[in-house]
Amino acid sequence: MTERAHLAVVGAGPAGLAGALAAAERGVRVTLVDAAEQAGGQFYRQPARPLGARRPKALHHQWHTWERLRDGLERHVSSGRITHLTDHHVWSVQRAPGPSFAVHALLGPAQEEGVTVRADAVLLATGGYERVLPFPGWTLPGVVTAGGAQAMLKGGLVLPGRTVVVAGTGPLLLPVATGLAAAGARVAALVESAGPAALLRHAPALAAQPAKLAEGAWYAGRLARHKVRVLTGHTVLEAHGTDRLEAVSVAALRRDGRIRPGSAHRVPCDTLAVGHGMLAHTDLAGTLGCTLAGTEGTAVRADDEQRTDVPGVWAAGETTGIGGAALALAEGHIAGRSIAARLDGRAPDPRSWAAAARSRSRLRRFFTALDAAYGPPAGWAERLTGDTVVCRCEEVTAGTVRTAADALGAGDLRTVKLLTRAGMGWCQGRMCAPAVAGLTGCPLTADRRPFARPVPLGVLAGLPDA
Amino acid sequence: MNPLELARARPGEAFTVLFDDRPVPALPGQTVAAALWAAGVTAWRSTRGAGRPRGVFCGIGVCFDCLVSVNGRPNRRACLVPVQPGDVIRTQEGTGRDDD
Amino acid sequence: MVGAACALYASRAGLDVRVVDRGPVAGGTTGAGEGNLLVSDKEPGPELGLALLSARLWSRLGDELGTAVEYEPKGGLVVASAPETLTALRAFAGGQRRAGVRADPVPADQLASLEPHLADGMAGGMHYPQDAQVMPALAAAHLLRASGAPVHTGWTVTGMLRTADGALAGVRTDRGELHAPAVVNAAGTWGGDLAALAGVRLPVLPRRGFVLVTEPLPRMVRHKVYAADYVADVASDSASLRTSPVVEGTAAGPVLIGASRERVGFDRSLSLAAVRALAAGAIGLFPFLERVRALRTYAGFRPYLPDHLPAIGPDPRAPGLFHACGHEGAGIGLATGTGQLIAQTLTGKTPELDLTPFRPERFDNDGSDTGDSGTDDSGTDDSDAADSDTGESDTDGGDTP
Repeated sequence: MTERAHLAVVGAGPAGLAGALAAAERGVRVTLVDAAEQAGGQFYRQPARPLGARRPKALHHQWHTWERLRDGLERHVSSGRITHLTDHHVWSVQRAPGPSFAVHALLGPAQEEGVTVRADAVLLATGGYERVLPFPGWTLPGVVTAGGAQAMLKGGLVLPGRTVVVAGTGPLLLPVATGLAAAGARVAALVESAGPAALLRHAPALAAQPAKLAEGAWYAGRLARHKVRVLTGHTVLEAHGTDRLEAVSVAALRRDGRIRPGSAHRVPCDTLAVGHGMLAHTDLAGTLGCTLAGTEGTAVRADDEQRTDVPGVWAAGETTGIGGAALALAEGHIAGRSIAARLDGRAPDPRSWAAAARSRSRLRRFFTALDAAYGPPAGWAERLTGDTVVCRCEEVTAGTVRTAADALGAGDLRTVKLLTRAGMGWCQGRMCAPAVAGLTGCPLTADRRPFARPVPLGVLAGLPDA
Repeated sequence: MNPLELARARPGEAFTVLFDDRPVPALPGQTVAAALWAAGVTAWRSTRGAGRPRGVFCGIGVCFDCLVSVNGRPNRRACLVPVQPGDVIRTQEGTGRDDD
Repeated sequence: MVGAACALYASRAGLDVRVVDRGPVAGGTTGAGEGNLLVSDKEPGPELGLALLSARLWSRLGDELGTAVEYEPKGGLVVASAPETLTALRAFAGGQRRAGVRADPVPADQLASLEPHLADGMAGGMHYPQDAQVMPALAAAHLLRASGAPVHTGWTVTGMLRTADGALAGVRTDRGELHAPAVVNAAGTWGGDLAALAGVRLPVLPRRGFVLVTEPLPRMVRHKVYAADYVADVASDSASLRTSPVVEGTAAGPVLIGASRERVGFDRSLSLAAVRALAAGAIGLFPFLERVRALRTYAGFRPYLPDHLPAIGPDPRAPGLFHACGHEGAGIGLATGTGQLIAQTLTGKTPELDLTPFRPERFDNDGSDTGDSGTDDSGTDDSDAADSDTGESDTDGGDTP
């Protein structure tokens, strides 16, 4: 057996790419398994090739970094060091004795056939998805996640509508609003529930990142140029329309979470792009047995080398806690170097990645402060009417969820799910779990999802032997 | 300004697909959802409980709200599936399956 | 589930009941079950008698609680793929019929009228109209609610309280003491641990089962459908993985697919070998399932005792202690009968079924425990309080078939 040790990287966003490149440069044979047709992940999502975009850069930030990643990937793919499996939707990673791993994926876009990749080590770089807290009308067509609007713009060069309100909370709203405006949408308002006071409270920690501050100033300039009305300390009360969105009601929030009397007003729009921060994809890690950590138990715990507590499994990027693309790059890079050393039977020298480690610490501090500044809009749960659908898949209302908690005694997410079906549908609670937790006062815990995506029974029946 | 201009796109030749029996133009590389959005369509599913209209929500394949029937196959995520010339796209009612 | 049923019937018998559980309602095997209320899979004997009693009680609760517990008297269909299996199935059903089970033979050419999507080429089947289904977590929650008993979830029983003469006088928990002359052990797979706190041995062990849950579908599977080999697996003592397909639609839409059985302790990790076998078996029965997607899978731990019968009734080794656990994969179905029998013994009535086969002390080979006879009455004379102790975090007999 002279075959080089083999690493499977799940996810070709910034973390996965950085990890794959760092490992490949040190001689590791890498299979990069990714659901998209092109590398980049959500942050560097590229327009579909047949669209012939000659200036995709116009849709992106930090394009140089992307070029470096892209060129590195191309180089290693042509040298055979990295195998890039696109359109591979990983639904489970299983540990076998060795340790070795079987990465089970569905071939897209139909996702009707399965394929298994075997590896000696795994880097989980599965990224995150957007958290959206419900409000009356949020299931109307025309209401989309902020990240979703951005993804459709970057990947499909298409806008969700003509007149857009961008709302919610968090740093993602800025690029979404400026991106949509640059692409020709009229952004009627940017509604951010965090008030200036909350941002000021965390100013020292935020100011420790001059690059990020400059980024913020740049966005402010773009917003001004596109004449976007910015309403901080405001929230969307309701989305109006019968079969599609026609307007939203927006109101000012007091510090105690109540609505400032008389502040509610209607903003006509055909699109609402809304988001309240991000959540990590932790399903693969959870099924592998990795400990989940973080303030809400919803991110994969990794050590200084980005190792999880399951031997042979590393994790990097949003899956270890939301922190943006730059942090994902640093973590991915460290993971790749650690993997290269460990697969070679050596302990790595952390000094070799000192710069990445410094940037990792700095960015984590920054995002902890951001997190604190951009909390969910105060009072959102109380404002949910009983007939507001909370679980979009199973159409479970806030009233039903409240009854399960109040009358049937459900005190945790799993029991609420069992008693109401909230979280039992197609998305398996990814969309509604934060809302159900907030409504019932249950802690938001990562659900066990042995299948990270729906798997045809025929694929399960045809699985190879472990 | 529109997104295609912004990215200076030179897409391949447009083609036509059918959405609920009416022709809709589409560009190669677009997802079903992108083509429908470009045509001003925002809903292509009705829920199995209340029969409410739905379309794209998360846009990245996580929420399954954009399920649609493509060429007779139900439960395709419109935000992931690329549109192909001649596709027959239908609003998905409920589970998207008939019981017979 | 069993604890909830004990609470309901004890409370309806006039007792003052409190329910203690280490975890949430339906947090143990109940929450991992399919909610089968089956007579079809039981051979003539004490368990079948309990199943028939339970089926009658469930039917009454179904009328009472209606859709809240998703009670569906949908009937079971057992199919045989080969002529030999069909012969065995017919003989098995003959015995069941003599014991009071309705079992109607279904010739091969009529299977399609009961299950239009069933695979072709089956040798024949047997229709069991008494089989039914509930949504187990809802059933447990609504039975508890109907019992009116205070429910202390998140309380862990740490020991037993005793009177001067050694009889049980309640339980000690991490949140305080609960005084009662009778304690019911309905801790399911963890019932052995609770028994140990009372100083008695009850060898309940976990037998893991996986369930696959599909995407929501219209009613394409109308009955509870399983292969005739299933009965042999249920009765098997094998520790290694055994699977036989059990497929059913649900009121909510998804099809549930069981039933794997393996003895691996409390290991919850995903076994692809188990789900592979489940999927293959289900496709064998219903070929359309091949393209249907599984949205999730989960494991549950059936509480089984060495002779595959539950422990129900007073424990002569620990006066005041009553057991209602060890129902293996039939706990949801057998819960109502068990609850009724427990309520009858708690109130000093003669139980309507002979409890001898369910005696909790039947595994004591050397008879080294309590010599004190006449303890059967303890806790029944003036039980104005009964602890229906659903015990440790995960309780209940669940119904992973």
